[in-house]
Amino acid sequence: MLFWQILIDGFAISALYALGATGFTLIFGVSGVLNLSHGAIMVAAAVAAWALAGLMGAGPYASAAGGVLIGMALAMATYFVTVRPIQRSPRIAESEKEIFILTATLLWGIIISETVAYFFTNNAKTVLPIVEGVVTVLGVRTPTNEFFTAAICWVAIGLLWLLVNKTRQGKAVLAASMNPRGVTLLGIELTSIHLAVWLIYGLLASIAGILLGMFLGVSSYSVGPLTASAFSIVVLGGLGSVTGSLIAAYVVGYLETATAYLVSPAYRTIPALLLLVVVMYLRPQGLFGRR
Amino acid sequence: MIVRGPILRSRTVLAGIVILVIGAFVPLFFSGYVLGLLTVAFYTAVFAMAWDLLFGFAGEVNFGPTFLIGLGAYTAGILDARLSPAISIWLCIVAGAAAAVIGGVVLALPALRVRGPYFGLTTLVAVLILQNVVVVFAGLTGGEIGLSVPDVMSVSETTNYWIAFGFMAISGAILYGLARSPVGLVLQASGQDPVQAGALGFNVTKHKLFAFIVSAFFSGLAGALMVFYMGTASVGTFVDISVGVQIIVAAVLGGRRTVMGAAIGAVFLIGMGEALRPLGELATLIVSLIALAVVMFFPDGFLGMLQKRSNDG
Repeated sequence: MLFWQILIDGFAISALYALGATGFTLIFGVSGVLNLSHGAIMVAAAVAAWALAGLMGAGPYASAAGGVLIGMALAMATYFVTVRPIQRSPRIAESEKEIFILTATLLWGIIISETVAYFFTNNAKTVLPIVEGVVTVLGVRTPTNEFFTAAICWVAIGLLWLLVNKTRQGKAVLAASMNPRGVTLLGIELTSIHLAVWLIYGLLASIAGILLGMFLGVSSYSVGPLTASAFSIVVLGGLGSVTGSLIAAYVVGYLETATAYLVSPAYRTIPALLLLVVVMYLRPQGLFGRR
Repeated sequence: MIVRGPILRSRTVLAGIVILVIGAFVPLFFSGYVLGLLTVAFYTAVFAMAWDLLFGFAGEVNFGPTFLIGLGAYTAGILDARLSPAISIWLCIVAGAAAAVIGGVVLALPALRVRGPYFGLTTLVAVLILQNVVVVFAGLTGGEIGLSVPDVMSVSETTNYWIAFGFMAISGAILYGLARSPVGLVLQASGQDPVQAGALGFNVTKHKLFAFIVSAFFSGLAGALMVFYMGTASVGTFVDISVGVQIIVAAVLGGRRTVMGAAIGAVFLIGMGEALRPLGELATLIVSLIALAVVMFFPDGFLGMLQKRSNDG
């Protein structure tokens, strides 16, 4: 009973983590950027969906779509306001661009989450689930929405896989993540690839945010932990490796769920962090990292 | 890469002296409330200067300054809470600094193996772990509510102000002197090009480890002192990632690689946060916007602007 419970809950949570971390790792792979406004974008998308439904009376699909649009707009704003100007700035030494992008995206994330908190308060918000009701599977009563969440996540990840592996543009993105210079030599504009990646990232992060809003609810307090968990997953899997992130998302998701059920919800994040430390010491490039 | 003529050098020193003179007159004119605010700002200034030594000079992106600060603060706080009045608070403070140094060495171990973003990630994880440890061992650490210590350094705002002010001035002088010394130059070289610095015969690992130890020592010491100023230790004031962010922003805002800029940035940030307090929740938003604008448009920070002006003129 408990076993099945952990299995089902862990699966849904892990699918969410996987979706959130995929976009994050994709950006890192292609442009070497770690976007620390990640959690803020997820929360902003979820709060936008909540506000559209709750304050303006939009239906669940319309509000979810609106939330995704806002999240994508914010992701693009992150790119144009913080990341691109720093990448192109002649006044910042190449070796320091990394810390500048990290600082700027972090500040940008704080700006987003403070704006959200100012207009919509810090209270936790639960987005109206698209699918309601409860089903009993293997003796575990589970909200139907949990299965819906996992399904959407995997459909989105599957579509991303198809896009990256089966389309011409997608292959260019994949190539850019392996060797940016090689791609430019082939005559492909790197700028357009960056744009595409940020758009995909915004889409994935917003969907993950809204699903999380339906599943557990979000508030501006979730911003930090969300960024941190995406971070841990991506490091564990190996920076830039999408497959690694997917596997790491499941490792972290199940570790957290099992700890929460078997030990105490208060210790939820600790085993995953310890695993992360061990990996950092023994295999700093992550489980599936290339470098 | 960085050329510092005698004029720039004296400008920075001059700025430091001016600030010290202004600081010395503050207790004569301002209320205890302002002094209390500045006391916190001065400790934050030491946090930021210690961070600048590690990032600006050794080139190590430490996202977890609060790991070292928290270790110092909690070690000192727990010792005092457990053993008071049998133990002097100064012994607790020394123990706090020692714990931070040990933490710094532990943190340095992966840093000396991995490069680039990976080290930053390790430090971030270190903060998260410390935060969890504090919450899990609530019996010892006070958990999320915070740990209250039975002793404080002084109840007088003026005395506390002078302790913090003196501590900041001495730490600043030591860190600045260190950064200008031959050791500091080797550190800068190792930060910018470890391979070349190594090829020139400098022991990069040893120098970086040294930078870690110094940075950890001052972070831990400042954290421990601040505990006995505030009378409490909590995750929100010493460990939380947002505290670390504030320290990093302060150092970048003031100007990297200047040590003194970090202190100016810290005092500015704390002052701004307080000045904007009437705006309520908007205060953080506005401070973040200003910080982002400085990072984007004046990447060299306040002192960088000052130096640029002196170059032009």
